[in-house]
Amino acid sequence: MPIKFRQDVDHVLKDAKRQQKAVLLDFNAAPM
Amino acid sequence: MWPDERIARFVNEHFLPARVHPRETPDTFKQYGERYNAQWTPIVLELDSEGVEHFRIEGFLPADDFLAQLMLGWARVAFDAGEWAEAERRYREIVDRLPNTEAAAEALYWAGVAPYKASGNPASLKATGEAFSKRYQNSPWAKKASVWR
Repeated sequence: MPIKFRQDVDHVLKDAKRQQKAVLLDFNAAPM
Repeated sequence: MWPDERIARFVNEHFLPARVHPRETPDTFKQYGERYNAQWTPIVLELDSEGVEHFRIEGFLPADDFLAQLMLGWARVAFDAGEWAEAERRYREIVDRLPNTEAAAEALYWAGVAPYKASGNPASLKATGEAFSKRYQNSPWAKKASVWR
């Protein structure tokens, strides 16, 4: 079960507000 | 750490996950690095639904320790929202599931604070101070809780 990381952070934050969900924001230099 | 099945399940269950990369998404990395003062990788931030940071993990950790830190952050989100019973439950789950991680001692400390915040009854603080006399004696959290005994 991979983690479904998204790169559209602006939209993730908007979705989080709408869904009342927490956000995990990963600053990561590993290959994507 | 990310490929660990337990971590993936925990993140997918509780968070909307997003990733920024210094080379592949440099503009986004710069924008959010400045917003959240993230100057290094890896850094993982746990934000509430309003985008407010409640917890950060800086640097690599092995899977058990990383999962325990993620759980600490998840508990902190509840604690900061004043959801004391839920915060206590989340902190105690760390102590129960991952007792050998460094995060467990911190979780034990806050699991004692949360019910005190709910009730004002210092019994949970005293019990926590006594619990630290039996486990995690060498952790900084034991020193912090020693005043409650």
